[in-house]
Amino acid sequence: MNYLPHTGAEIKEMLEVVGAESVEELFCDIPHGVRLYDDLSLPGPLSEFEIQELMQSLSRQNRPDGENGFFLGAGAYRHFIPAAVDSIISRGEFFTAYTPYQAEASQGTLQAIFEFQTAVSGLTGLDVANASLYDGASSLAEAAQMAVMAKGKKLIMVSEGVHPEYLQTLKTYLAGKDYLVEMIPLNEGLTDLDQVKDRFPEAAAVAVQNPNFFGCLEDLSAIFNVTKEKGALGIAVISDPVTLGFLRSPGESGCDVAVGEGQPLGLPMSFGGPGFGFVAARAEHTRRLPGRIVGRTADKDGRVAYCLTLQTREQHIRREKAASNICTNQALAALAATVYLSLMGPYGLRKAAELSARLAHLAAHRICDIPGFSLLFDRPFFHEFAVRCPKDPAVLNGKLRDYGIAGGLPLKRFYPAMEDAMLFTLTECNRPEEIDRLASALREITA
Amino acid sequence: MDEKTIFELSRPGTPEIQMPEHDVPEMILDEVIPEKFIAPLPPPMPEVSELDVIRHFTRLSNKNFNVDANFYPLGSCTMKYNPRVGEWASRLHGFAGLHPYAGYENSQGALKLMEELSEDLCEITGMDGFTLQPAAGAHGELTALLITRAWFKDKGEDRDIILVPDTSHGTNPASAAMAGFNIRQVKSDGYGNIDIGDLKSKLDDKVACLMLTNPSTLGLFETGIEKVESLVHKAGGLLYYDGANLNALMGKSRPGDMGFDLVHLNLHKTFATPHGGGGPGSGPVGALGPLVDYLPGDELVDEDGLTVMKPRTRSIGRVRSFYGNFGVLVKAYVYIRGLGAEGLVRASECAVLSANYLATRLKEAFDLPFKRRCMHEFVLSASRQKKLGVSAMDIAKRILDFGFHAPTVYFPLIVPEALMIEPTETENKQTMDAFCEALLAIAREVEENPEIVKSAPHNTPVSRVDEAGAARKLMLCGI
Repeated sequence: MNYLPHTGAEIKEMLEVVGAESVEELFCDIPHGVRLYDDLSLPGPLSEFEIQELMQSLSRQNRPDGENGFFLGAGAYRHFIPAAVDSIISRGEFFTAYTPYQAEASQGTLQAIFEFQTAVSGLTGLDVANASLYDGASSLAEAAQMAVMAKGKKLIMVSEGVHPEYLQTLKTYLAGKDYLVEMIPLNEGLTDLDQVKDRFPEAAAVAVQNPNFFGCLEDLSAIFNVTKEKGALGIAVISDPVTLGFLRSPGESGCDVAVGEGQPLGLPMSFGGPGFGFVAARAEHTRRLPGRIVGRTADKDGRVAYCLTLQTREQHIRREKAASNICTNQALAALAATVYLSLMGPYGLRKAAELSARLAHLAAHRICDIPGFSLLFDRPFFHEFAVRCPKDPAVLNGKLRDYGIAGGLPLKRFYPAMEDAMLFTLTECNRPEEIDRLASALREITA
Repeated sequence: MDEKTIFELSRPGTPEIQMPEHDVPEMILDEVIPEKFIAPLPPPMPEVSELDVIRHFTRLSNKNFNVDANFYPLGSCTMKYNPRVGEWASRLHGFAGLHPYAGYENSQGALKLMEELSEDLCEITGMDGFTLQPAAGAHGELTALLITRAWFKDKGEDRDIILVPDTSHGTNPASAAMAGFNIRQVKSDGYGNIDIGDLKSKLDDKVACLMLTNPSTLGLFETGIEKVESLVHKAGGLLYYDGANLNALMGKSRPGDMGFDLVHLNLHKTFATPHGGGGPGSGPVGALGPLVDYLPGDELVDEDGLTVMKPRTRSIGRVRSFYGNFGVLVKAYVYIRGLGAEGLVRASECAVLSANYLATRLKEAFDLPFKRRCMHEFVLSASRQKKLGVSAMDIAKRILDFGFHAPTVYFPLIVPEALMIEPTETENKQTMDAFCEALLAIAREVEENPEIVKSAPHNTPVSRVDEAGAARKLMLCGI
């Protein structure tokens, strides 16, 4: 492939203008000691034809689906994506633009971000949202820093029901500072504040995921009542925002800040990225929000216009005093979510959420009918649930593959003690027949 | 014309999107999910038809400048053409449909791609190992600084200072602060290099690392790099390479050979993946020698014919979920395979030639503060124009009227009224000539008719936007 436009004659002309004999001469400032005189050792170059062959071949070495059933989730979700989403984000006008620093040349991107912020505020039931962050995990880390700024305390308390990769990310982020992360244990699958209540006076924040990593529904209102009373920032973590089509919003449940992962809103799983992170908060925390924020204003002729605002929080102005170091975020993925939410509308989103939950309850019922299988936690759940299995879940998954079924997530990947547990996920993309096939396969395998 | 928001376009009762009618009992949810968890009403999303959505976002898209339609010489951002075959490849179902926990045996294509891409980046930069996790450049900086912190902690050395040149990107000090460090700024000398005397005076046993962009944000190669390297290492510090400007150097010089211990790259700059209006990007971090063990995420290795993930012994832990912006990695891989070694070198050569060509043509009308060969970008100063009452910002806005995106303005901070111009290798000479004509015409306007420049832009979807007003009277949500 070659994307260089110049003819030999043009290169010569340009060299003449520049006053150089050769292109090589332009690199004269690189000292000999650090010049590379050997060729790089890389495969290629390949023609586009060959590239297409190569990529087809590599992509076929992946087996993304269970053609007879798919039950994986745990932070990355296979939800329905209307075709119009990709059609819009495939427009070069959107995907080949830069961060909208020049407002007059970027009104499309800016208004789309404003609409994204509006959608995230609406979903989370909070006053303000930013233009997106990297992903759900780093969003939790950003929210923790907001909490420390807001409360002047350094202890972040995190429920054990938060996605383990989010927790690992939080710990990595905070390792640089003298902040403390302490876990809030679960009692039968639900966050148990009683066990840690002595620690509340020191806590800057309490973070709880809903539905939690094991699929259980947390009583957010009760939890955030306690945080409010104790003066800690209540952070809600949402790993699948499609559930907000049906569940009470975190804002309505009393949280101060909500963060989460946006991939389920119109983006393919793509081996874990790109999705996007979101953060929304009550108005009093607006100036502590990390990253880009778009505001509505006017141009000098009084027309409605949009621009990046509150930039004095940001690194390019404040440098080491910025609220966060984030610069590039996940704008195109946030655009995809805005288009998705517009296409789904309130009722489409509610239906997708409801259908996911109904199918999950049907599946749980069918699986737990099989001898040796039972729910790990006897709690209300939404579209994910953990099941105790009579055989090693990893072995079960291997056998399910022979039936063309992608099973759930063996929980020992993150919790060595849960060696017999598997997390199943259902969405509106599952068919009832998949559940039949899963149940009969599990029955045969464990008979 | 004003475009209403998608929320303002909502018409309650618009027929909704359909979902499959499965034979699943309808009422079951009310029995199994307590009412307190259920929202009485669905979230306040717009009610619009698919055509409403398509038309609205198509109209919005028409209000954007973009590489597909406009020359975009935004310095330090490397707005090169984004090959469509990368877009195509990232959407192949085998990649896009893959779940991150699908398991090794079902993800061999993806894992091989990531393994090969890491190896390629090692070869291009001269580093020993890479993590592909970081989602953007600043994320990569934070990652590398957290590694720096862990490294000195293990060595039992208490070093809490990061040095950054006065030309550095704002993300450098911001990332350092986020990793818990304090900042010392190092001055530039009259040639645009690091002032060696000032560097010496700032180096001591508290300095953990010097963060350096090379070529610098002035578009100049740090000619004293060998001296800088030996001074920093002698003082016991590490050297960090901000890869924002690697597009000048592919196949010409490697950060690893310059003595950098850690690097981050911006795949969305150098390796032609699109910027998306502000992401998703990708900011892989490379390390040399024993620092490789500290990288986030697992190492990809071959085992019995399979590519598998092996935990790194001293990893600082993960910096995000899963493995990074995989879809972006696919595009960068396609680009590197397509160009090969010779294509990458030619890309850097053309990027540098184009920048020197523009600098030469424009230096009559604008001040060029550093009279050296530039690399892939250069910085002009509009101080001459400022004396006539026209600022760099005014000039940037006026450039939009000619159909070109503006250069980066007011950066780097050490150049007054800075205009930072990066043409990239994919722009043809006709386009660059037209851009020069426009800038030269604007320089004449400044002398003859400054009002037209000061009141610009005139041909964009909106006129000069009231940014101060936006911050004064905040409106951040449309419902």
